[in-house]
Amino acid sequence: MNQKCECGRVNPYGTEVCGSCGKPLADPDSNRLLNMRYEGAARRSQIYSTSIIDKIWNFFSSVKVGIGIIIVTLIASSLGTIFPQEMFMPPGETPEVYYEEEYGGLGQVYYAFGLHNMYGSWWYMLLIAALGVSIIVASIDRFFPLYKALKSQRVTRHKSFMKRQRIFGTTRVEDIDHTFQEAQDLLKKKRYNIREENGHILAEKNRWARWGPYVNHIGLIIFLIGASLRFFPGMYVDENMWVREGETEVVPGTSGDYYVENQGFTYEEFDEDDEIFADGMEASAAIQFEETFRTDAVLYTPEGPLGVDQELEEVDRHPIEVNDAFHFDDYALYQVDYKLDELKELSFEVEDTETDEVLGSFAVDLNDPDDTYALNNGEEVRIHSYFPNFEMNDEGMPTTENDVPDNPAFIFEMVNPDTEALDHTFLGIQANYNVSPDQEENRYAFSLDGFDTNDLTGLTVRKDNTIPYLSVGGAIFLIGLVQGSYWPHRRIWLQRNDGEVWLAAHTNKHWAPLKKDIDAITKETKITTPRDQIDDEYEKGEDKDDS
Amino acid sequence: MSLSMILLTIAFFFYLVATVLYAVSVTGRKWRNKEGRVTGNNWGLFGYITAIGGLVFALGYFVTRWITVGFAPVSNMFEYLTFFGITLSLAFVIIYGIYRSNVLGVITLPVVMLMIGYATVFVTDYQPLQPALQTYWLEIHVLTTGLAQGILAVSFGAGVIYLLRTIDLKGKKMTKRTFGVEFIMYTFMTLFAFIVLTNAFNAFGYEAQFAYVNEFEEPAEIIYDLPPIFGPNEGELLSSDRMEPWFEMPDWIDSDSLNTTAWAFGSGLVLFGAVRLITRRRIGTLLQPFVKRVNPDLMDEISYRAIAIGFPLFALGGLVFAMIWAQIAWTRFWGWDPKEVWALITFLFYAAYLHLRLNRSWQGEPSAWLAVVGFAIIMINLIFVNLVIAGLHSYA
Repeated sequence: MNQKCECGRVNPYGTEVCGSCGKPLADPDSNRLLNMRYEGAARRSQIYSTSIIDKIWNFFSSVKVGIGIIIVTLIASSLGTIFPQEMFMPPGETPEVYYEEEYGGLGQVYYAFGLHNMYGSWWYMLLIAALGVSIIVASIDRFFPLYKALKSQRVTRHKSFMKRQRIFGTTRVEDIDHTFQEAQDLLKKKRYNIREENGHILAEKNRWARWGPYVNHIGLIIFLIGASLRFFPGMYVDENMWVREGETEVVPGTSGDYYVENQGFTYEEFDEDDEIFADGMEASAAIQFEETFRTDAVLYTPEGPLGVDQELEEVDRHPIEVNDAFHFDDYALYQVDYKLDELKELSFEVEDTETDEVLGSFAVDLNDPDDTYALNNGEEVRIHSYFPNFEMNDEGMPTTENDVPDNPAFIFEMVNPDTEALDHTFLGIQANYNVSPDQEENRYAFSLDGFDTNDLTGLTVRKDNTIPYLSVGGAIFLIGLVQGSYWPHRRIWLQRNDGEVWLAAHTNKHWAPLKKDIDAITKETKITTPRDQIDDEYEKGEDKDDS
Repeated sequence: MSLSMILLTIAFFFYLVATVLYAVSVTGRKWRNKEGRVTGNNWGLFGYITAIGGLVFALGYFVTRWITVGFAPVSNMFEYLTFFGITLSLAFVIIYGIYRSNVLGVITLPVVMLMIGYATVFVTDYQPLQPALQTYWLEIHVLTTGLAQGILAVSFGAGVIYLLRTIDLKGKKMTKRTFGVEFIMYTFMTLFAFIVLTNAFNAFGYEAQFAYVNEFEEPAEIIYDLPPIFGPNEGELLSSDRMEPWFEMPDWIDSDSLNTTAWAFGSGLVLFGAVRLITRRRIGTLLQPFVKRVNPDLMDEISYRAIAIGFPLFALGGLVFAMIWAQIAWTRFWGWDPKEVWALITFLFYAAYLHLRLNRSWQGEPSAWLAVVGFAIIMINLIFVNLVIAGLHSYA
């Protein structure tokens, strides 16, 4: 059911303003200001509403719905910051207990509603997805009608189109041709594009700014699609690793393709007597001020056929610091954490209590202890048990919390050559007990002789193949945003009607600079200043029906 | 006092003088030219020149401090709040250049002074940069974001003028609108009272030291810079001649922060109540003489224009640059750190604003309220998220 306008153009059903001459079709007899959004073009969402697809389309095409989704996302996002998210919880805590203990009843509620792990929840994802759909549908619904309308607009506009523009004025002028020429020159100087038709003028500038919103929406969609690619296998790796100084570890997440060696870890703090910063450091609550931490890393890859005697071949080396990751292949190794002065080696001395003779000493590599250690006189110490991180379990038995040698303890075993009895000694940090099975006096006495420490570096292994998509999306988004925000689309119509000059003007934003452009015309020519009809005709809710 | 601080102090007084000049320009008599025609007055121009002078001195502070510490001075609360004040004055200077609105100076320049004043509540000494911040991305990300926030804050200033101009504050009955305007006034009076109070106690070197038992049930010590109304858990006053706390707080409450907050809002309330009692009018009406000649449509447009300029810049600095740097420093471009989330909230809020404005019924007063809320969100991210919510961006 298309409508034919008196100018000859056939407009699609639902058109409010003729795409060619601008005649108001929706309410031709009114004298209220024309709603110039989307040039009064017909949009799909306003035409069809019968099928279920139409209804879904119409729902998502509504800007109101879009704003609703934005506001809900905004409020939801803020709720997630009331207490820390689960991922920021200290390690070793369970959320059930943690939120209640730390934040009381509110914490319990927070946990019960799932706000502790909100940003990965299905409903938050659904919100973002809905936002994406809304952006796509609303943009398609508006872009094509708007594009067609702006493309087909004629210079000659219907009289009531002119009258119903916000800026409108008429002037009786003697020499219209001259006045038009002057106005045209002025507008050209202000970089308006001038089109002439039947003696009328349309001066237009920055029409391309109108595409800005659609360009930025395309960018956003690419960005959101890029972000969702992370859930496809092979796109994303997020692993952590600890490497002790001098050690080489396989890089997790690389399927064994890479090994990294920590050749040395450097840690520096700011000098507390620093000329410039001393006062500031003293005034701060912080105890230490890290200046640098760095891992001198070497990357290897296994060479030769798969098997036990594969050799590691150096690929590259790089000092890894915060803000300076080690990039290789699709991966990057980041400096994220460190542990200083972890125990590395303990050495012990053994004494024969019968002869008061020192039998010798031995050093145990806490990360890779031997089974037995030979003493000078040929006696042997066997490691019966090793607890890298010693603790007593619920049954009162010695056990280890993990493999990290933070609190190492041993049970050493020696054979008394005279009695063939087994000597068992429990030795830990500030602990030295006789734990022999026969409970007899031990012949051999152990004592801690010395220790050695080293540093660990905490690295994150990252691969993120979504970044190119995000970069493209982000760049397009910004271009569109700038395009739509920093240039206003302005149009000035000049018509000659019965010896009068009619002037009407419209801009999609910022009316004061448009008025300045018009002021330049009225100052230099005979044309008088047009009225800003919004001052007298402004009615609230005039276009409240618009979705 | 260091050269940079001297320059900042001078800048502060320039802003003060500029405010007075602008106030005179909007209330003072219009001048007549030789032909006897009313042409307005030149006080606005003088105000503009003075504001530019203030900006030049403030930039002088910024540059000299940058040279001293070796990085852009935007790394702790003092430095960032000061920078925010400077960008707001810069944004004002730019937007005044477009619209020549004198009244905008009357409202935004005091906000600039409040920001710089509030900054001095925090440690003003030079502090070194932690490793994650030792990169030129500090400058790229923070300077862009700060500038964007300064421009967005101009929309708040214009919004407040719109509200003062259009809302009837003289009526007896309290409405949502009069309450809203008074609440804005109260917030700024609180900030003002708090700045004066803290600096006064600082000037006299007030300190009250406590031994107390912290939340880990370990003995600890704490120093109050304001008289302790709320004392720490099992607190024992170590300083002599200091008042005993009125209330003792349990260990899970950060009693010092609570005490400071109580002083801030309490002193704000006292100041607000006193002015209301003396003048017997709403605070907003005291500002109305400055705005009575304002064209509300123009204010609406300035407020919108500021957001149209600031929003893309905020997206660039606060999200895009932020993401690039986060990928470089923290291994991931996005990690739901509270500051990141609040930057997203700011972005979403102004996005909603821009979409709402497509509808004419949201222009004018509703837009002005939204501009106020947007500024509140920026301030929440600037102050509350830094000081109260723990995260990667917590500093100072």
